[in-house]
Amino acid sequence: MASVFQNFFNTLPSTLEQGLIYAMMALGVMVTYLILDFPDLTVDGSFPLGGAVCSTLVISGVSPILALCVSAACGAAAGLITGLIHVKLRIRALFSGIIVMTALYSVNLRITGGSSLISIPRDKATLFRNNGLVQSLPEGVGTILIALALVLAVKVLLDLFLKTRLGLLLRAAGDNDKVVTLLARDKGNVKIVGLMIANALVALSGGILCQQQRLFEISMGTGAMVLSLASVIIGVNLFKRLERVRSTSKVIVGAILYKACYSLAISIGLRPGDMKLVTAMLFLAILSSGLLRRKGAVLDA
Amino acid sequence: MLELRNIRKVYNPGTVRELCLFEGFSMNVPKGQFVSIVGSNGSGKTSLLNLLCGSIMPDAGQILISGRDITRMPEHRRLSRIGRIHQNPALGTCAGMTILENLSLADNKQKKMNLLPGTDKRQLQRYRDILSQLGLGLENMLSAKAGSLSGGQRQALAMTMSVMTPIDFLILDEHTAALDPKTSDTIMALTDRVVRERGLTALMVTHNLRYAVTYGDRLMMMHQGSVVMDKQGEEKRDTRLEDVLSVFTEISIELGN
Repeated sequence: MASVFQNFFNTLPSTLEQGLIYAMMALGVMVTYLILDFPDLTVDGSFPLGGAVCSTLVISGVSPILALCVSAACGAAAGLITGLIHVKLRIRALFSGIIVMTALYSVNLRITGGSSLISIPRDKATLFRNNGLVQSLPEGVGTILIALALVLAVKVLLDLFLKTRLGLLLRAAGDNDKVVTLLARDKGNVKIVGLMIANALVALSGGILCQQQRLFEISMGTGAMVLSLASVIIGVNLFKRLERVRSTSKVIVGAILYKACYSLAISIGLRPGDMKLVTAMLFLAILSSGLLRRKGAVLDA
Repeated sequence: MLELRNIRKVYNPGTVRELCLFEGFSMNVPKGQFVSIVGSNGSGKTSLLNLLCGSIMPDAGQILISGRDITRMPEHRRLSRIGRIHQNPALGTCAGMTILENLSLADNKQKKMNLLPGTDKRQLQRYRDILSQLGLGLENMLSAKAGSLSGGQRQALAMTMSVMTPIDFLILDEHTAALDPKTSDTIMALTDRVVRERGLTALMVTHNLRYAVTYGDRLMMMHQGSVVMDKQGEEKRDTRLEDVLSVFTEISIELGN
């Protein structure tokens, strides 16, 4: 038992790093799932898309920040395509996402020049390596601090955005799209904007993860949607009573908790291959506990 | 102001359930008129409103507003100068957003959708004043979620939102039908006041014959896609509930109800 905790605490820093990086993707999924009420499976393709673009650019010597901007733009383009397929061709949300996700698998391989695995050499500058900022930070915490700063920046920007005119309209589109029409706006366009923002964040997260791990894998997107959704649901359901805390904060904590559960399961001795099963069980547990609580509330009343 | 010319609308064309609702339907509504429309289920009242707002498209004919042909204009573009209240109070407001956010959305209706702040703090007093005229106490609940309001409060909020920006038309689709009798009277009185104060052209579909007789400048009764009673001016003022009821009963018997 003691060694389980030992293992868990040893991996805590990397759990935090990964949790923070994945939190950015979860924030993207929050925009589509929670705000827009759109089940967007593009995520499984746009996450590795961000990684592929970013890794390729960083290897060819492009600055890591510029590489991330390009990743985010590519993610937005993927969201745009899903949105156009859904809105203009009137294809169901799930199918639109699956179509783009499937197409992106090939696109990602094209970007990497056909290799399903590429690593960023140790001498290349990334956000977390070989730059002035990292060297000025104390060793060992640099990665966490940079990841934290990035996530907080995205969180604050997203919070601000959701209070703008466009942000309010985006929330209205998810809440009651009839109101968007009554306000003389094309609800399809609003959905497209939401999908672009969400997938830009997802691709950004993929790019950051690749810079941190110095590794791109074509399969890194498998289960990305479920993982993010689990983070969103853990965060939002666990802190339901904290009405003053913003959803963005809850989602970030949710992503970190998810990663903690993951590393706990590994410490207990499960294999990495079992983890999809663990995710699925966790997901099921959270969703059904919500149902049980509602039933309880009905009985109380 | 509003003109419908030779409208034709067929539902489920080419199937056994084909139903020709409108054939050569025409009507004219002058500016500032408040029209009440009554009729049995399936008489075409709501379809008429849907045609006007662009929720459904006619198979033939023209729809003109102030002489301009809007027959093919998409729904959301038409609604820039139209306010619409649905029967279901939940449809006109965003349940998960606060009253303030709902009002701000409505206030931004004719503005550019950009990254400027969505709610304008300088407007708070104006919003409170507008809400206090409703007499429902909403002015002290700006940060309450619209979903926590009663049906009547939500409908009043939806009404306030729809007339927040200048509009030409107010479309009321059985907007009191889902409310209890007392709340429905309150909302109806509020509707009448808003229409009068702003000189709006209004079309109100209702199942409440008493409202149709009491309010509005014109009373139309529809039956199977055509107008079977159309009274305005003096004639409307002299119309009694019993007159309308007897015609209504006649067409209902015809339908076998």
